[in-house]
Amino acid sequence: MRGLIRALRWANGMATTLAPNSADVVAEAARPKPISLAQDIWRRFKRHRLALLGMIVLIVIVVGVIIGPWLWTVPINEIDFGARLKPPSATHPFGTDDLGQDLLARMLYGGRISIAVGLAAMFIAIVVGTIVGAIAGMSRGIVDTALMWLTDLFLSLPQLPLLLLIIYLFRDTLKKIVGPEVGVFVMVVVVIGGFRWMPVARLVRAQFLSLREKEFVEAARALGASRTRQVARHILPNALGPVIVAGTIDVAAAIIAESTLSFLGLGFPPDIPTWGRMLFDAKDYLDIAPYWALFPGMLIFLTVLSINYIGDGLRDALDPRRVMG
Amino acid sequence: MTLSGTYVLRRVLIALPSLLGISLVLFTVLALAPGDPFGDIVSNPNIPAEVAANLRIKFGMDDPVMVRYFRWLFAMLHGDWGFSFASRIDVDTLILQRLPTTLLVVGSSQILALLIALPVGVYAATRPYSLFDQIANTLTFIGFSLPTFFTGLMLILVFSIQLDWLPFVYRSDITSTGWHFYWDHFKQTIMPVMVLALFQAASWTRYVRSAALDVVKLDYVTTARSKGLKERVVVLKHVVRNAMIPVVTLVALQVPAIFGGAIVTEQIFRVPGIGSLLISAILANDTPVIMAVTFVFSCLVISFNLLADILYAWLDPRIALG
Repeated sequence: MRGLIRALRWANGMATTLAPNSADVVAEAARPKPISLAQDIWRRFKRHRLALLGMIVLIVIVVGVIIGPWLWTVPINEIDFGARLKPPSATHPFGTDDLGQDLLARMLYGGRISIAVGLAAMFIAIVVGTIVGAIAGMSRGIVDTALMWLTDLFLSLPQLPLLLLIIYLFRDTLKKIVGPEVGVFVMVVVVIGGFRWMPVARLVRAQFLSLREKEFVEAARALGASRTRQVARHILPNALGPVIVAGTIDVAAAIIAESTLSFLGLGFPPDIPTWGRMLFDAKDYLDIAPYWALFPGMLIFLTVLSINYIGDGLRDALDPRRVMG
Repeated sequence: MTLSGTYVLRRVLIALPSLLGISLVLFTVLALAPGDPFGDIVSNPNIPAEVAANLRIKFGMDDPVMVRYFRWLFAMLHGDWGFSFASRIDVDTLILQRLPTTLLVVGSSQILALLIALPVGVYAATRPYSLFDQIANTLTFIGFSLPTFFTGLMLILVFSIQLDWLPFVYRSDITSTGWHFYWDHFKQTIMPVMVLALFQAASWTRYVRSAALDVVKLDYVTTARSKGLKERVVVLKHVVRNAMIPVVTLVALQVPAIFGGAIVTEQIFRVPGIGSLLISAILANDTPVIMAVTFVFSCLVISFNLLADILYAWLDPRIALG
């Protein structure tokens, strides 16, 4: 939700420059009072039914994992061999694992981590991508060429093998410095974010290349606006639409990446139950306890699907040239 | 229409620096890593200190970074990839044993994905916002939101555990002979291939649809129709070929993700390919194997990108001239 508000706030910044471009004379005349761009985007977003549904599902999941552990106070690591591999029941709504630990509590806890990893990695990807793309887009010649070569190089890196390699090499050191939980979190976030900035950089550069030649930027330049001011006030706010969409989808991709690492047994340690880690533990018990794998798997799927639909809705809503069907 | 040799050569020459860049990234990661990558040998208490010191000199671990990089690079290029600590055989032999399986699974899944994505995407684009288009659209969203590891587990749950149709462990030591051998091989390949193919087909269908949607509105398609050409000819000869141009680029960008999916799939179904080799090497701290497999994955990605570039020029001859 906060992401959306931020998105709308960013979008608000675009109002000054986008409005004249998207001026739809007929619609303007028919409208009794002018609506702000944020309202307009929300109106467009709402028309995308599945995006709206996705947002509701995501809000339910996020609110659930945030307040859930206060309502469902069963500890995540209470071992009870008397209740091993019990299917869902009143005492354990989602069943128990091979140590008799409550799956609902573990899923709520794991959801916090998965979503936090997704948001943090997205943030890193967007910041790095925007900086690289902005520098490349504003400078001509060798700097631009070099940065784009670097971007293309990163795009052709085999990401998962490299992720695994980096985690293998640096895991123990980071654990020693900042403790196992924070260490793994920081590493997973930095590495996943560090491999996802390239599409953002390309988008931002492409936007910058076209925006910096536009009349309103030229006008600002003629008025004596410094390079920083041109970028911060005029170019960047207009380039953010596609970045918001890419960022939304990055959250989903980062959640999948984290779950993949955990699923391969190389992400978070066993005592931190992320959704991927639970699938990793559950995969050897598929025949006797299928629910153990089904619940976390469905949650990953639902979260990712919702985020992807929200991204699709935002893409439609943020592009004023797009004709909505 | 022929593809000029100079263009191909130029793409190869552009691919080489990328390979160097990737090798540099790989080596930097290794060099920045704390501790000794070969620490297992050097810190082993059973190996006397002077032997360890000699080993360090022999492997040149105290040399400047640049020297070590070039020595490592030349060794990799010569096919001297070191010795696996865990398997006790040469790394290149180990990888050559495993590589065909990976290429088989990845290759057939990509072909299958293409066979799904092309017709579905084009058909949906010729009837935008129809019922078919909407169903296809929903299914593609579901398809690429389903992580490969979850699809794999679901397939095992349904087809191996509930229905008992397919084996869920890939075996390289099938004892049956003749047709049975191929049948058993086919059966155990179905699920890994399906997992990868469904995921790829989902994203490609979207690319194909949106690319074809851009093309069907163009004037020359209308012209082709007004000439009285059959719809089938218009779609196949005029729409598909030109819609493929942007699709090839997007597919090339997906190549790293394809191999990422292959690692997961091989791990789930225990397919003896280089992906599962990587995971077991990481769990066994087998550094030479880890480095070599990552390097092989990089080479694979680069060669597939090169292939995409050449395909791109074949589809759009203007590229090779420009």
